[in-house]
Amino acid sequence: MKLSEILLDQILIVFVAIPLVAFLFSLAWKNHQEKHISLLVLVTKVAYLAFALVFAAIWIINDSGTLQFDFLTLYETDAFVFALQFYYDYLSMVFSIVGAFLFFMVTTFSKFYLHRDEGFKRFFSTILLFSFGYNLIIFAGNFETLFVGWEIIGLTSFLLIAFYRHRYLPVKNAYKTLSNYRLSDMALILVMWMVHHYMHKNVSFTELPAIAAKIATDENQGAGLFIAVMILFAAIVKSAQFPFTSWLPRSMEGPTSSTAIFYGSLSVHIGVFVLLRTMPIWEPLPVIKWSVLIFGALTAIISTTISRIQTSVKTQIAYSSAAQIGLIFIEVALGWETLALIHFAGNAFLRTYQLLVSPSVLNYLLHHQIFHYHPPLDKPLGRIQATIYSLGVKEWNMDINMYRYVWSPFKWIGKQFGFLGNQPFFAFLLMSVLLRGTSMLEKRNYLTAASSTTLFFGIALVLTLAAFSFRGKAQSAWKLLLLAHLGLFFGFGTTAPEKQTDMFLYMGGILAAFLAGHFLLRFTEKKQGELTLNQFSGLGFMHKNTALAFLLSTIGIIGFPITTAFIGIDVLFTYIETSQVLDMVLLTLTFIFLELAAIRIYLRVYLGPYQDEHGVIAFRSS
Amino acid sequence: MHQQTIPSASFDEHRVIHDLKHFLPSQQALKDFIHHNTLHAFQHMKFYDAIFKAAGIFGYGMHLKLEEYRGLYHTGRIRKDVLDRIIATKGDDAAGWERKLLHENFQQDNTPRIGQLRKYWKDHYQFDLDNQVHPLLFRVIAAFLDQGVSITGFPVSNKGFLDSMRQLESSSVSSFFKTKAIRKRFISGDYNIYSLLTAIVGDESYFEQYLFDMHFAHPGWSGFVSAVEDNPQTLLDKRQITLIEFTSFELLMELDALSFNLGSKWKPLASAVETPPADLFAPVEKTAFQEVIACWQDAFEWSYYDSVLKGLQRWNNRPQPPKKEKSFQAIFCIDERECSLRRHVESVDKTAETLGAPGFFGVEFYFQQAGSKFYDKLCPAPVTPKYLIKEQDSSMLHNNEILYSGHTHGLMTGWLYSVLGGYLAFIKTLKILFRPEMSPAISDAYSHMDKFSVLTVENKDLKDVENGLQIGYTIAEMTARAEGFLRNIGLVNHFAPLVYIVAHGSSSANNPHHGAHDCGACSGRPGATNARAMAFILNHEKVRGSLAANGISIPAQTRFLGCMHDTAADEMGYYDDQQLNKEQALQHDNNKLAFENALDLNAKERSRRFASINTKEELQKVRKEIKNRSVSLFEPRPELGHGTNTLAIIGRREISKGLFLDRRAFLNSYDPTTDPNGDVLTNVMKPIGLVCGGINLEYYFSRVDNKKMGAGTKLPHKVIGLFGVANGSDGDLRPGLPWQMIEVHDPVRLMVVVEHHPDIVLKSIQSSPEVYEWYNNEWVHIMAIDPDDRSLHYFRNGGFEPYHTLMGDNEIKTIDNLKDFIETAEEMETNHIIHATKENLPVYLLEEVGN
Repeated sequence: MKLSEILLDQILIVFVAIPLVAFLFSLAWKNHQEKHISLLVLVTKVAYLAFALVFAAIWIINDSGTLQFDFLTLYETDAFVFALQFYYDYLSMVFSIVGAFLFFMVTTFSKFYLHRDEGFKRFFSTILLFSFGYNLIIFAGNFETLFVGWEIIGLTSFLLIAFYRHRYLPVKNAYKTLSNYRLSDMALILVMWMVHHYMHKNVSFTELPAIAAKIATDENQGAGLFIAVMILFAAIVKSAQFPFTSWLPRSMEGPTSSTAIFYGSLSVHIGVFVLLRTMPIWEPLPVIKWSVLIFGALTAIISTTISRIQTSVKTQIAYSSAAQIGLIFIEVALGWETLALIHFAGNAFLRTYQLLVSPSVLNYLLHHQIFHYHPPLDKPLGRIQATIYSLGVKEWNMDINMYRYVWSPFKWIGKQFGFLGNQPFFAFLLMSVLLRGTSMLEKRNYLTAASSTTLFFGIALVLTLAAFSFRGKAQSAWKLLLLAHLGLFFGFGTTAPEKQTDMFLYMGGILAAFLAGHFLLRFTEKKQGELTLNQFSGLGFMHKNTALAFLLSTIGIIGFPITTAFIGIDVLFTYIETSQVLDMVLLTLTFIFLELAAIRIYLRVYLGPYQDEHGVIAFRSS
Repeated sequence: MHQQTIPSASFDEHRVIHDLKHFLPSQQALKDFIHHNTLHAFQHMKFYDAIFKAAGIFGYGMHLKLEEYRGLYHTGRIRKDVLDRIIATKGDDAAGWERKLLHENFQQDNTPRIGQLRKYWKDHYQFDLDNQVHPLLFRVIAAFLDQGVSITGFPVSNKGFLDSMRQLESSSVSSFFKTKAIRKRFISGDYNIYSLLTAIVGDESYFEQYLFDMHFAHPGWSGFVSAVEDNPQTLLDKRQITLIEFTSFELLMELDALSFNLGSKWKPLASAVETPPADLFAPVEKTAFQEVIACWQDAFEWSYYDSVLKGLQRWNNRPQPPKKEKSFQAIFCIDERECSLRRHVESVDKTAETLGAPGFFGVEFYFQQAGSKFYDKLCPAPVTPKYLIKEQDSSMLHNNEILYSGHTHGLMTGWLYSVLGGYLAFIKTLKILFRPEMSPAISDAYSHMDKFSVLTVENKDLKDVENGLQIGYTIAEMTARAEGFLRNIGLVNHFAPLVYIVAHGSSSANNPHHGAHDCGACSGRPGATNARAMAFILNHEKVRGSLAANGISIPAQTRFLGCMHDTAADEMGYYDDQQLNKEQALQHDNNKLAFENALDLNAKERSRRFASINTKEELQKVRKEIKNRSVSLFEPRPELGHGTNTLAIIGRREISKGLFLDRRAFLNSYDPTTDPNGDVLTNVMKPIGLVCGGINLEYYFSRVDNKKMGAGTKLPHKVIGLFGVANGSDGDLRPGLPWQMIEVHDPVRLMVVVEHHPDIVLKSIQSSPEVYEWYNNEWVHIMAIDPDDRSLHYFRNGGFEPYHTLMGDNEIKTIDNLKDFIETAEEMETNHIIHATKENLPVYLLEEVGN
């Protein structure tokens, strides 16, 4: 008995290893080698499904209880441990088995559906990477591991929405979805940050009850509430609940089958997973329980009214799915976990099926109409009916309001500092002077170290926003991002000057990513002339490899887990004390917009409509 | 309300809207997929003038890329001798032209004229007007036109667009406009296009261009609104809308967005214009590049035509096969997809004869399926029938798919459906992946009509009229149609005991464009009803009596039988065969076997183009896999449709028999020896340009510019309102053909080959200006082949001139064994034209025929 348990622990790693290894292998083939890629995916999906089922069976038969496995400690200091931990319980089991079946079915469908598409290989590589991210989340044993998966899902979502990368709308909507996801990313980072400070260490999911116990006995519930609110926020955004639902239908720009697995089923239910996983923390807090219930109910009702008015089949399915997830939120809040899991699996299967067969609806419903049509009667139109209808057509203004009240103000601020983008060197000089100046002022006690931290974080945010709305040269925006990081670096430097290793990890990674990106842009510029961010240039059409390399630099410069900057950032966050509220706000905003600004450069230079050699360019509205 | 007069003569709202309607895409609802010339607005011009003008104005891509032509040349698919002959017509500087064609790079500015005025919103005000207006505008217009995707439909019925919107807007608390002023103005009705344009644009001389710019920012929706205005019947649940209404509403939304976002910081657009944009319709400058492209396109086309023409000339040189008793005759649609099946039928049963006629088989009518609330038009699109044929005594069941129910989108019903139905969906998903089979969700060509139902083909009483349509034909009307039908195809004697009239339809799954695979001569529907009706007419004793009086005597033992070929599944369905007598039934069983064998071979031949099927497998297995494609929801290419079509042969079967034409030829039977004066030919030629030319040009334009004139890849398509597809939830409708349908198509204009003397052919195409335009303006090529001396005559600039093929007598390759030949097909490496259409074969001689 004992032996098998130890074994089960350790082989948890296989769940994440299968898709990761398959992803790496998939890179080896060329697009037209469909047979090889299909074989690889076939082996992967069969192996994974078999493994998930056998593992679950052994686990149940042995009655093994919750499993936890510390796989690898990536980084450790006296106060901080970054470890990859894995975990297995009923929740992981259900999500892995449902995921395995959906992955199996959707990839089988796609093998034929994507035949001879110019992105056949890209599609399957991305789906495999997505599967890796999904498994990291559902088998994560701590927030750090979960977060890595979370980021991977965000990136792969983005890549599959912008799958038809040389039309305008897929790129625009991919960016829109990414912006929403970014909000949930930051919420999770804040959760990790607060938990670390609250518990004075990195906790694994087995220790969640300890957090709950501490909150229960704590006089000041602020920290506990903060953690729970951020978890709830992350879940609401990721599961497209009100008022964030409108990104969901807009994300359906890729091939039908990728839409089905991401937005019909797996990706969109991750919010539910996070709620269930962290239940020990928030369940004892009535406010949070009520909030889960209220947001769920609001979404269920509003999305249903919107869904019933939609004229596009996939959009309709998107809203219906979001409405059902609203109901799942309610079930979770009421503590009906088993029902929630049954509902999750059912909803995922149903919406996947409906999306896969959605093109056939035209024929089916027309046929139905031919035999069941009744001419419409003149009916009086009531105020409530008219209002609900109008709101449904307008999706309750969710999309417009998101832009108007969330993104637009930051864009406006950034525009006011656009001059910095035209003079990045000047900005650099200014920053050096400031650094020198503040340290002198600090020495003479005119300025506290804390306020110079705030000052530098503020500068970083301003520079980031300037890059975010910059319309001039791509190179300048790219430099602004480096300067923004420099601002953060100085900020951290004044708040925690002794942590040189961490600072080195951080800035080293950023610098490497910056230089790579810089030279790639220069290389493209040499061939294409000046690159500006005023419009989409679609240059990736001609420079596929450069575009891919630049994408890697982009995710590097935003601290994605491909450079050391990732760990650096995570550690540095822990140096901000819970009392530094303003610093934390500035830092959080900076990280939100750093990603958006960096990805925007990639989008505008390499994606979007391109003019072919005969001057033909796709309609912007297509 | 009185009509407001427009104060200026220079902007004439009605003229501009009328012109716009002309240029916008004219595709109707997808269920009525009627192939047409995408550039119909330019058809009054010569082909090359038209395409370069359209490119200059609208920025369409109108031809292959220069590198692609050169690639085709280097792989030998554009022949050197053909190119040299074309260069020779260019005058003395042959070397110079050769250099231009093969090596010179052309730098050209291809910025289209469209959009140059409206771009000032972005350039001058940094304001993205389209982003502000389009998403909601598309939702509003889709909501109004929706046919049943939504569960709660548009709340105002039986009113025009603006009236409906006004009622909705004035009843609703939430407005479609962002500013109160515009809302008030909309509800009061105090606006017109002129006043709105004055506010938005200012200078009246820019109004016309502004409207063109605005509509061509979303040609899909504007074109569809215009199509619904002109053909309201394309929506079963009818809507009243005009392009004028749509234009006014969009202008209101624009004014609203401008006032809301720019406040008082803007002046009408004209004030921002620095350099006035070029007049949209001014002549497009002729360039050397255009001339080079025209040379290449001609060379590409003639490289193919030349060899085929050589093949068609050969008949004379072959000995006539000895006359045998015919076992049966089969009259197919002229559709080029039947070209191979006819060949296989003839090879399986050497005593069988096949003929070709437009697939409505000479009977034009509306058809009402039993239980249907609507009529389906079953004849070529421009014809308006006066007759109605009703289906009676149908026992067909119309099953439902439980998971397509609107209840899945309810709140509590949705809960039930996801908690319980989700697991059914799981099983169904596995089933569609591993056991694909026919289901109510799949468009089934045979579900159009019950095999055992009765049709009201014959009119019993002249008072039987429904909605202005006469139910069935009188004997005289039937006789006239029967005679016309038989004479057109030259079938006036030597009738076999059984004559099959073979319609066609296509079954496919998950395919909003399935209408484009059905019969073009039946307005994009399966043609079984027409085949059955014509068989009924020709079996009618009184009709036969009248026909005999007119000189066509059909033997008493001859029986006509309607049937239908499913071009995707390669299956055949027979109608009314239970009425055959014992002897006929016995013959029919034999013939059925012949058809089955031919379908096996046809499936094998088609499988050559499908990577998922191993052509070398057993015939039965290949056949099964072909059938599976038609019911597989994951299959974006159930069949290749009209892809590769390039030829239309109007003449006796003997011209093309013994040639392998690779399913690329429309084959219309016509016998010049029974029609020395060409009276019949005039009738025969009437639909050729429109139907075959329309199909050909739709494929041509969707192929050369799939981004703008085609629908793009179908993988992300979303069904909108049951009438169209769009890529995304904020996107424009996508008319035209999806990439998967045109992938294997060579963009080559149609070559019509008519077997008759040139002067007779000339007379026949000059019978009406609409017919003549196709040929005279070179949208379709036409060649006469002289029935006496087999000489060829090409029509150009109003007259026929002799044509001499470049290909020598023995240069056409011979296929010794068709089976081996088919199995040599290679899988395409990429879908670049060099690879994608490599397997589009020219002409081959078939060894086995004639022995």
